[in-house]
Amino acid sequence: MTIMSIPRIQIEALDKRFETGDCEVIALQDANLSIAPAEFVTLVGASGCGKSTLLRIVGGLEPASSGTVSVDGKPISGPGIDRAMVFQHYSLYPWLTVTENIKFCRQLKMHRDVSTSSDVEAAGGRADALIRLMGLGHVMQAYPNQLSGGMQQRVAIARALMARPRILLMDEPFGALDAQTREVMHDLILHVSILEKTTLLFVTHDVEEAIYLAHRVVLMAPRPGRIEAIYEVPLPDHRDQDMKQTQEFLALKKQILAGIRATSGMQTDHDLLEQLGNAPAH
Amino acid sequence: MIDNTIIRRPSWRIRGNLGRRTHLLISLAGLLLPVGWWWWISAGGAVDPIFLPTPPLVIDSAWEWLRDGDLLGDIGISVYRVVTGFLMSAALALPLGVLIGTYAPIKAFFEPITDFIRYMPAAAFIPLVMLWVGIDEGAKIAIIFIGTFFQMVLMIAEDVRRVPMEQIEAAQTMGADRDEIVMRVIVPSAKPAILNTLRVTMGWAWTYLVVAELVAANSGLGFAVLKAQRFLQTDKIFAGIILIGLFGLVTDQCFRWIHRYSFPWLYRK
Ligand SMILES: Nc1ncnc2c1ncn2[C@@H]1O[C@H](COP(=O)(O)OP(=O)(O)OP(=O)(O)O)[C@@H](O)[C@H]1O
Ligand SMILES: [Mg+2]
Repeated sequence: MTIMSIPRIQIEALDKRFETGDCEVIALQDANLSIAPAEFVTLVGASGCGKSTLLRIVGGLEPASSGTVSVDGKPISGPGIDRAMVFQHYSLYPWLTVTENIKFCRQLKMHRDVSTSSDVEAAGGRADALIRLMGLGHVMQAYPNQLSGGMQQRVAIARALMARPRILLMDEPFGALDAQTREVMHDLILHVSILEKTTLLFVTHDVEEAIYLAHRVVLMAPRPGRIEAIYEVPLPDHRDQDMKQTQEFLALKKQILAGIRATSGMQTDHDLLEQLGNAPAH
Repeated sequence: MIDNTIIRRPSWRIRGNLGRRTHLLISLAGLLLPVGWWWWISAGGAVDPIFLPTPPLVIDSAWEWLRDGDLLGDIGISVYRVVTGFLMSAALALPLGVLIGTYAPIKAFFEPITDFIRYMPAAAFIPLVMLWVGIDEGAKIAIIFIGTFFQMVLMIAEDVRRVPMEQIEAAQTMGADRDEIVMRVIVPSAKPAILNTLRVTMGWAWTYLVVAELVAANSGLGFAVLKAQRFLQTDKIFAGIILIGLFGLVTDQCFRWIHRYSFPWLYRK
């Protein structure tokens, strides 16, 4: 095996069970997935199918019940600076300014100990570059609660990128943003992933977002949580918004939506709907 | 028909705002009306001043207390007791509360006993405190400590537990170790809530003053109230209670000011 063929992330026979009282939830069953360096993979699926659980296990925030996750061939044993995480909300530090949030990791021992003075200088440069890249120049001294949701997520992404992670894990990072802001963020994150050659594992509810961003879309299914199918996205690496109107895009979207519907275990009960419609309101 | 005018007026909107001046005016009315009402009832002559002295009588008695008695000394010793008891309880409750809110084994060990003791009335500890600590200053401070410490620990633990998990996990993925997460994330994140807890428990410390000065005291605001009761000096009782209330209010306002000053990000929008 050559160096090039070692996957960045290798997920093998991953199981995760949660005991809650006397009942046991199988959040993940025999998940297998291999992600190449600089690949962008999105996870979609019905609510409760284990997307967040899978992401958190890769991030080292949750232990697996069995199976392994390896990064560059080495099994992980907890969180690490090679894998940064961006959450949906509440992860910024409200007592720090935008710049201080982004430079937070520079305060930690792990980063201080290895630093020579030229590293420190380079880090300052990187922080500035990230601030400019994310369009945060005019709010550097602001506190997070003075920013809009979209701006806050830019700060969260910049902070995650600060330590040069090889892998960026994102759990519905744009779930709370409006459609326009979201489109801007999509192009931004694509730009960053190409620029930094970051490997991305990205959870979303939005199938269009999943296709637009990814090289591959992983469809998961619930009860028990599992990987149901993997779709290659037939679009060139450099994406633009017009591609969302192409035949390939729409066909894939239809296919994935059907897959989610088929596995969600929720059907529209027409008899019940009729009953609801006929029943008087008072 | 629903009357819509009440909804349209911003002051009566649910969680609506008032202008600064209107706010001040209404607050002042809320303070002055009860005083006016008190004055009116007490000056009317229907009630014996032994039961309800008039406001001027109360002010006179406070003045007399200042001139002939030892009002400043009483204030000094009471402030000393409240502040010392409060600081001792804060000094212990802060680290313990942070630990209980952070580590499950420490929570499992300390929480049940703390929860249990906090329901015991501080006043009932007086005989024990006298037996163990004696009857000098230590005893009074101990009562204030007992009255505030157990509540404070549990409230601080709760403040710490309310730090969003995302803030902690974000630090973990940036390479923070356990100590760094406690000192650089949990403590700064919980600080505003903790200061609020301190403010509230400081208020309770003031309310325990009279209980504390039941223990063989011969000075202090609470003691003065108790002594005035023995001689049926209702005006002095009023003066003492109002003074304790005022000092409570002043410390409360100080805490609020410190809060604004220390956590500017909470007030900037
Ligand atoms: N800490 C936990 N304790 C118990 N059960 C859990 C825990 N975390 C997740 N689960 C369960 O595991 C299953 C998968 O949850 P997970 O959050 O991974 O789903 P998800 O695909 O991210 O869902 P959503 O799309 O709603 O975010 C669910 O049934 C959930 O109830
Ligand atoms: Mg989820």
